[in-house]
Amino acid sequence: MTFIDFNFYLFATLLIVAALGVITARNPVHSALSLVLAFFACSALWILLEAEFLAIVLVLVYVGAVMVLFLFVVMMLDINIEQMRKGFVRYLPIGALIALILAAQMIWVVGPVGPDVLADDSLQQAVRHDADYSNTKELGRILYTQYVLPFEIASVILLVAIVAAISLTLRRRPKTKYQTPGKQIKVKRNDRLRIVKMDAEAKE
Amino acid sequence: MTLEALNYVTAWPEIFLLAMACLVLVVDVFISDAKRDFSYFLSQLTLIGTFVLVMTVPVDGREIAFNGMFVQDSLSIVLKLFILALSFVTFVYSREYLKDRNIFKGEYYVLGLFAVLGMMLMVSANNLLMIYLGLELLSLCLYAMVAFNRDNGNASEAAMKYFVLGAIASGMLLYGMSILYGLSGSLMLSDIAVAITQADDSRIGMVFALVFILVALAFKLGAVPFHMWVPDVYQGSPTAVTVFIGTAPKLAGFAMIMRLLVEAMGELHTDWQQMLIILSILSMATGNIIAIAQTNIKRMLAYSTISHVGFILLGILVGTNEAYASAMFYTITYALMSLGAFGIIMLLARKGFEAENIDDFKGLNQRSPWFAFLMMVLMLSMAGVPPTVGFWAKLAVLNMVVQIDMVWLALVAVFFSIIGVFYYLRVIKVMYFDDVVDDQPLSCGRDIQITLSTNALLVLALGLYPAGLMSLCISVFA
Repeated sequence: MTFIDFNFYLFATLLIVAALGVITARNPVHSALSLVLAFFACSALWILLEAEFLAIVLVLVYVGAVMVLFLFVVMMLDINIEQMRKGFVRYLPIGALIALILAAQMIWVVGPVGPDVLADDSLQQAVRHDADYSNTKELGRILYTQYVLPFEIASVILLVAIVAAISLTLRRRPKTKYQTPGKQIKVKRNDRLRIVKMDAEAKE
Repeated sequence: MTLEALNYVTAWPEIFLLAMACLVLVVDVFISDAKRDFSYFLSQLTLIGTFVLVMTVPVDGREIAFNGMFVQDSLSIVLKLFILALSFVTFVYSREYLKDRNIFKGEYYVLGLFAVLGMMLMVSANNLLMIYLGLELLSLCLYAMVAFNRDNGNASEAAMKYFVLGAIASGMLLYGMSILYGLSGSLMLSDIAVAITQADDSRIGMVFALVFILVALAFKLGAVPFHMWVPDVYQGSPTAVTVFIGTAPKLAGFAMIMRLLVEAMGELHTDWQQMLIILSILSMATGNIIAIAQTNIKRMLAYSTISHVGFILLGILVGTNEAYASAMFYTITYALMSLGAFGIIMLLARKGFEAENIDDFKGLNQRSPWFAFLMMVLMLSMAGVPPTVGFWAKLAVLNMVVQIDMVWLALVAVFFSIIGVFYYLRVIKVMYFDDVVDDQPLSCGRDIQITLSTNALLVLALGLYPAGLMSLCISVFA
């Protein structure tokens, strides 16, 4: 076993353990933290595959931004997870049965060709590159030439997601009290103050 | 690689549409609620502009752009023109409806325009990636539009169901596509078609992928047994959104089937033919029989959609070019009929009142003989009664089925269509022979009246002269 193999098995095991932790932990914060660990292990695996740029992006975007936001949401919304898990045990047998049947069917259909496909010569070992090979540059080149249309459309989809989320959640609450400094400054004495002329009255 | 190699001129209509949709989005932020009509006119202008651009796009035969991601052929051009026209009419119908419900917002038009962009990309997709992205762009817009009336519990429920089931369907589609990619080594439809002809031992794997893709397609089109979302979404969403979902996306769905099943996996025709036979029979049976029990007209039309989808699949499963043309003819005419029917439902609705129940149509003839007549034409066309276009659509499809010696299948289709006639005739009976319950006068703008009349009369006119549209459909597949 080479050092790379050792690393692969180490991080792969870590990934599986962390992934199991995500779905088994009772506390949602623990689940989220397990997911962070899973992302880290995954990015290590990607580095082993020479996909450095993707590995770094995974850590930066998912661990740095998405998961932090996720933790915020979990802590702020105080979702009652117990309530959501209530039906879990009840539906487990039927769910497991269906999953089992599905898996059995798939294996039954694909089974005979499975090993042949894996032994296919077309699945060659990926070409290894030197240390000065720029992954980022290659990705950028292909993203802005060959895949420019899907790339742009993916950005449009993100735009639609923003528009949809805002249009569904933004509310102007009419009852909210707020100040408008402009109006406050413009206020004249006569707007607020009413001088009432009264005759002097004698003390009884 | 040069800019010319991208051949982006071919995709000029899409680029224009995208730019204009972004413009509408920005402009809408800066105008007050009172001037919201400006967003509406700008959106309509966008659709007209895109329509003109599609007409003038320089294409001889088959034009590939963006390194094979995008294809412009006669199928895509014809379908795009119809998608744009249907969306235009949808926007015309929905303006007053949205205003009456205080949901006349720019987002409706922005999301609508992006959905049209998604449909146009689906129609022009030449790559699995583009099919998926176009579909997601369309679906995301539709999910948001269903939930648009956010204070309405039914709409939120419908949106949730649509979103969850749609996500599952997308997952299925991706699963199938990934298997296909794994076996063929390419995302290009033409490469996949070649890989399938050369596949010997991996053919079973290809069929395996086909099953997942077909499930996803059935989900998106609403074919039985993947139809559960259709009635709830049709009923729950605001009618202005229902009409949008029920018309143009069907054309995009048809194009998706053409690209995936025929262009990429045409070699597996014998395999998907059997699957489509089952889907089609189940759809026609379930759609037509359950529609009888409905009292809500939007729900009834949802079940009617399911049965019509069964008919469209019937045309596709035959597998000849003429049959694809008949299925396309059916899809276009169905979209036209459904557009008109939902238009009338919106016409009857007014502030604080939804004309959702069949009972709301009682005595429509006494309130407005003209619109009762138009609704009768639309219902007869859906039922497939001559001289409306629905008859020719059904006849063309059945003719193709008979030509491949599947007379039994044609008989089954006729049998269920006859059952279906009942619930269409019931609407006509209610309009003409029942007494008026709701005697509020119908009020709507002149633009809606003219468009609606044109829409319904077109159904009649195409029924009298179906040759033009039919030859257009045939020329697409020639």
